[in-house]
Amino acid sequence: MPIVLFRVDERLIHGQVVIGWGHELRPDRYVVVDAQLAGSGWEQDLYRLGASNKDVLFVTVEEARARLAEWREEPERSILLTRDIATMRRLSEGGMLAGAQVNLGGIHHGPGRDEVLTYLHLTEDDRADLMAIEAEGAKVTARDLPDTHRVGLGALLKG
Amino acid sequence: MNDRRPAGENSGARGIVVGHGDLARGLVDAVRRIAGGAADTLTPLSNEGRSPQQLVADLEAMAGNGPVIVFVDLQTGSCGIAALASSRDNAARAVVCGVNLPMLLDFVFNRTQPVSEIAQRLVELGRGSIQPAQPPR
Repeated sequence: MPIVLFRVDERLIHGQVVIGWGHELRPDRYVVVDAQLAGSGWEQDLYRLGASNKDVLFVTVEEARARLAEWREEPERSILLTRDIATMRRLSEGGMLAGAQVNLGGIHHGPGRDEVLTYLHLTEDDRADLMAIEAEGAKVTARDLPDTHRVGLGALLKG
Repeated sequence: MNDRRPAGENSGARGIVVGHGDLARGLVDAVRRIAGGAADTLTPLSNEGRSPQQLVADLEAMAGNGPVIVFVDLQTGSCGIAALASSRDNAARAVVCGVNLPMLLDFVFNRTQPVSEIAQRLVELGRGSIQPAQPPR
């Protein structure tokens, strides 16, 4: 089951992921699904600096969808990251994440975003995408760190 | 070689301290309590509530065009990435990760060298300041 975490976090590889979740889940590598980063070598190098010498793959959504089954079968434990909900939704289409837990880790304040949790700010499109992800068979919860309170999608979307 | 200048003089590099939570503000406050007005050469910046893009934008706005040392708490993560992204292809900026109080206290009084030389000096000084301490017998 070696994709041990599917996480939406606009900071991607950072302290909470590497130290907070990394200590809990002991990943061997990080998979960053992001079209812009997949094409930017110098930015990839920046993110690799923070990955504690773990392997980091930078892939597009299309490549990630093509390789999900492979990563699930490999012994290496992977944390898969997207910087936004829309990308995770695209990844989930066709039931690709059915049965998986999708973790919402951090989206900060911005235009059109309402605060839902201190670390999570959503637009209407985000809400629709989250419902779509669950409709595809994944379970969505918000939790910034492994030992903090887990909030289900129903509670996130209330009001 | 130390090149001491009166506190508040405008020549030399400025410092931006970027950190998680209140760390940056706390460090700059600590420098001010010890060194007085020399701390005016430092500006704190927290990543709290800021997206990665906003953090870079705010750092750019603070740094301007002059020589700047960007002090970061952790190379890992948004603070380090913002600092390194903002200094890319910019000879007037240098980044020092693992900021501590001794290096800031040195910086505010010794900041007229080229930023690359300042950064190297502060890395050595910062490392050297980490040591076990024993009370005198």
